[in-house]
Amino acid sequence: MSTPLLSVRGLKIGATVYPPDAKPHDIEIVHGVDFDVEAGKVLGLIGESGAGKSTIGLATMAYGRGGVKLTGGTVLVNGRDVLQSDRRDVSNLRGGEVTYVSQSAAASFNPAKRIMEQVIEAAVLQNKFSKADAVARAVELFRKLDLPEPETIGERFPHQVSGGQLQRCMTALALCPEPDLVVFDEPTTALDVTTQIDVLKAIKEAIHDTGVSALYITHDLAVVAQVSDHIMVLRQGKMVEYGTTDQIINAPVEDYTKALVSVRSINHNEKTSSGEPLLQVQNITARYRGTKFDVLKGIDVDLHAGQTLAVVGESGSGKSTLARVITGLLPAREGIVKFNGRELSPELANRSQDDLRELQMIYQMADTAMNPRQTVGTIIGRPLEFYFGLKGAEKQNRIKELLNEIEMGDGFIDRYPAELSGGQKQRICIARALAAKPKLIICDEVTSALDPLVADGILKLLLDLQKIEDVAYLFITHDIATVRAIADSIAVMYQGEVARYGGKTKVLSPPFDDYTDLLLSSVPEMKLGWLEDVISNRKMNSGGN
Amino acid sequence: MRIPLSALFGLFITSVYFFCAIFASWVAPYGMAETVGEVWEPSRLGFLLGTAPEGTVDAQYWLGTDQIGRDLLTRMIYGGQTTILIATAATILSFTTGSVLGFFAAVSGGWIDQALSRFVDLVMSIPSLILALVILSAIDVTVVTLIVLMGLLDSTRVFRLARAVALDISVMEFVEAARLRGEKIAWVIFREILPNALSPLVAEMGLRFIFMVLFISTLSFLGIGVQPPLADWGGIVKENKDGINFGIGAALYPAAAIATLAISVNLVADWVLNRTTSLKGGRG
Amino acid sequence: MHPILKLVAQRLSLGIFLLFAASALLFGLTEILPGDAAQAQLGQSATPENLANLREEMGLNRPAITRYAEWIYGILTGDMGNALSNKLPIGEQIGKRLGATMFLAFWAALISVPFAILLGLIAVRYLNRFPDKAISGSTLAAISLPEFMIAYILIFVFAVKLGWAPSFANVPPDMPLLEKLHSISLPIAVLTMVVLAHMMRMTRAAILNVMQSAYIETAELKGLSSFEVIRKHAFPNAVAPIVNVVMINLAYLVVGVVVVEAVFAYPGMGQYLVDAVVKRDVPVVLTSGIIFSAVYIILNMIADIVSILSNPKLRHPK
Repeated sequence: MSTPLLSVRGLKIGATVYPPDAKPHDIEIVHGVDFDVEAGKVLGLIGESGAGKSTIGLATMAYGRGGVKLTGGTVLVNGRDVLQSDRRDVSNLRGGEVTYVSQSAAASFNPAKRIMEQVIEAAVLQNKFSKADAVARAVELFRKLDLPEPETIGERFPHQVSGGQLQRCMTALALCPEPDLVVFDEPTTALDVTTQIDVLKAIKEAIHDTGVSALYITHDLAVVAQVSDHIMVLRQGKMVEYGTTDQIINAPVEDYTKALVSVRSINHNEKTSSGEPLLQVQNITARYRGTKFDVLKGIDVDLHAGQTLAVVGESGSGKSTLARVITGLLPAREGIVKFNGRELSPELANRSQDDLRELQMIYQMADTAMNPRQTVGTIIGRPLEFYFGLKGAEKQNRIKELLNEIEMGDGFIDRYPAELSGGQKQRICIARALAAKPKLIICDEVTSALDPLVADGILKLLLDLQKIEDVAYLFITHDIATVRAIADSIAVMYQGEVARYGGKTKVLSPPFDDYTDLLLSSVPEMKLGWLEDVISNRKMNSGGN
Repeated sequence: MRIPLSALFGLFITSVYFFCAIFASWVAPYGMAETVGEVWEPSRLGFLLGTAPEGTVDAQYWLGTDQIGRDLLTRMIYGGQTTILIATAATILSFTTGSVLGFFAAVSGGWIDQALSRFVDLVMSIPSLILALVILSAIDVTVVTLIVLMGLLDSTRVFRLARAVALDISVMEFVEAARLRGEKIAWVIFREILPNALSPLVAEMGLRFIFMVLFISTLSFLGIGVQPPLADWGGIVKENKDGINFGIGAALYPAAAIATLAISVNLVADWVLNRTTSLKGGRG
Repeated sequence: MHPILKLVAQRLSLGIFLLFAASALLFGLTEILPGDAAQAQLGQSATPENLANLREEMGLNRPAITRYAEWIYGILTGDMGNALSNKLPIGEQIGKRLGATMFLAFWAALISVPFAILLGLIAVRYLNRFPDKAISGSTLAAISLPEFMIAYILIFVFAVKLGWAPSFANVPPDMPLLEKLHSISLPIAVLTMVVLAHMMRMTRAAILNVMQSAYIETAELKGLSSFEVIRKHAFPNAVAPIVNVVMINLAYLVVGVVVVEAVFAYPGMGQYLVDAVVKRDVPVVLTSGIIFSAVYIILNMIADIVSILSNPKLRHPK
């Protein structure tokens, strides 16, 4: 068995924390990790946020971001321990043997320099190629990565190309010096779903063509299943499981791995609707003040009591704008919104208190959706005071009831939002919405910022609450998997219009319009070979091109 | 709540100064205008430290006397009262005006915000010292007019800061959530925005106070601030500056006083600012 | 037209508008505040008839707009009228004194700007370690004192006790350069200290901001040495914010000059203005005031324009 290209043993990484009222002290964030990467193979590193994946990826380049220290173990690249290397050797390693593709290419490119200059920089610096050869190689890589105008795109500045294109430029940058290993750090996470696929395909092909080894870091198991040969599951700085992709996906051993694999497989039977809908959106057209084009055009959707309408679309489709029109934050230019059979005033200020109470909203970022200066008790208690005039013991009891409903205990009443985890914060926001006894809750991407397992918990909670409280949801999301899990009806939005609308089963069954087809096919499935199937079947180009 | 040593030191010194300012008549050893000795007698402090002129056998007054024989320590204490009183009053005026208008502009948006901001921009396009000099050349200079002038001029800076802080906070969803609930604008400002804006503003208040102390001292030194017989630290420098040429350091005492006060307030303001960033659950 | 030229043109016209608006504001202030030039000249003992006559003579009864327009026209053509206190032509005085003030400001700027940038770089290089804290600490002292007090401390130590420099500054035109510099060495030291303190903090912040950007990490991960990272990636992006900082602080310098000239009895614009304020010589105050404001406004405008021109997103639009 030949020596692996990368061999990590007992890697320990630490950091210094600065808690507000105590002395700074050191903690360990990666507790002794072992893995190998063979030449020409791809290892997927998967885990939730905080698991330590990026930190481990950067450690292979003897780099600690933000004061993180590599405190123990060995990292052998081509047989040399990089943790023990001197400054010059590390300099040669970086950009020469090991290169890095970051999550946000937009931030990682120097805004003041042209793309080509930055793409060839490492190659020329490490004396791998002469400048002319490096440029030729870069153009060739641009072509392989399916970038438009490969001969001239290098002349542009980073802000002149789109996000998906820039991400591919960064991949070219990493491949240009002919490295032995490329570390991909969540390269597609920040992109739109349909663009993700293009970039993913480009990366996979580039890896295959150049025969380079790779470390592919992501939190999305379905994505990593498309590109890696082996997968390592990480949790809180420790390895949970390690095996071939086939084994991890199809026969996971550990419970945690099993949970990750079965994410979003909640099943929910579609409800049928009857009678007058709770919410009727009729021919809504809207634009932002001071702009000249409509962001919503003739939107027509209904939602029945106790059901869930999922509004799906990518960024710029208008789905969040629809929520703002319904809540009265953005008056529509045309059309009306009917709620409970009555027409709602287009302006928030003119609505009755009951209208306001029965329509609640939950946001994507729970951090900024709660006042950091208020305790959980105050946050949940305010709607009770405001709408129902509850005070004293009566109010406290109701708060405890609500905390129970969201599966959190009384002890949280005096805590501040900053002390809670992401999932707990979102639960408090749900409790706050429930406190008003609403008929309709607008959920604006409420699980998008959460880790997959935590998001699953929130979705299950929402479904349970729907049964108990008979509340309807307008569920805005860009994630098809979530939609499959919880929707009764679906509206697919594209560039301000409804591309497809109807009951869940109907919308998700062919024949599809072009956009829905593109959207549905862009959701990575946890199936080997899925990526290749999709690309060959695609009928429409994604926006990111 | 653990207070770091530097903040404690700052708090202590600041309190001592304010105490002397408020209770000046009880703390000062002599009357404000009382002539007690010879011109520019050496200080006891200097005598003890060995920096007094040669041949000095005794020094009766802790800081010596000034250019017409008044006890300098007394003058410094009364001067401190005037300086601190004016600076505090001006800071409070500047802060309330600036914050209220700044919040109002941020929350109202639209043409109200535009009008206020443009006006503030105009006033700020002229350096405050120049503007103050122009205005002071045309009006009667009294303690009240000084306070009003300084307070209003400085409120422009506070306006900008308060407006920026309020805007930052008001785009957070919890403010929108309150609005969607139907909360009145007063609630939104006082219960949602203000508690989060308080810390950067309070820290800034400390800095504005120091600026006011420097500003009023400068004006008095130039002869257009506090008028005699009232004393303030800038005026004391003006009165005693001729002594410098003779190697008499009487004019330097106000410098030491201002420097220590300014540094102390800075330390407290730093501590307030650090405390509050941590409450957001800072993950660094 | 290239969009960036449009932005620059907009900023320029805003600057010109501000100049006129500021002049109107200053003029307006002297109009609405109690007391006028005639009152100031005749003092408390003036009879109503004397006041009325003098007002007529000085043309104070004409509408404000007319007098404002005359004043502005006068400044633009060089005829600024005469001072109230000594009847000397204002324009002539300003001509002499402006040069003196600019001389002082120029040398202070020449010394403080490179120093501020250098110290800012050092502070960032040794971030949060001793050199950084030492530099920040010493600048704290400089911004905790008014300029005039720093001036007297320096005079006390360097002029009186050590005798290295004069405590009064003057630069008659026929003095050789080196002697001039010696004469203004203390005023320059004061100005430099104060401006340096503010500027250094801001350059440190600007450089730090650039160094913490993601593209700096990318450059490090390409194997560039620290020096190359700074030279090739940090520096081009730091130039604009640093120029911005320098311009803003030069604007402060303009104001600091006023106090320093008063302390050292230096015959510049600052002394002219302060004397006029004490003597209530409104025409001199107004004209000097608008000249200082003009310098301030123009420097800030240049800072903004530099920011616009150096932004790659504006230079190379999509």
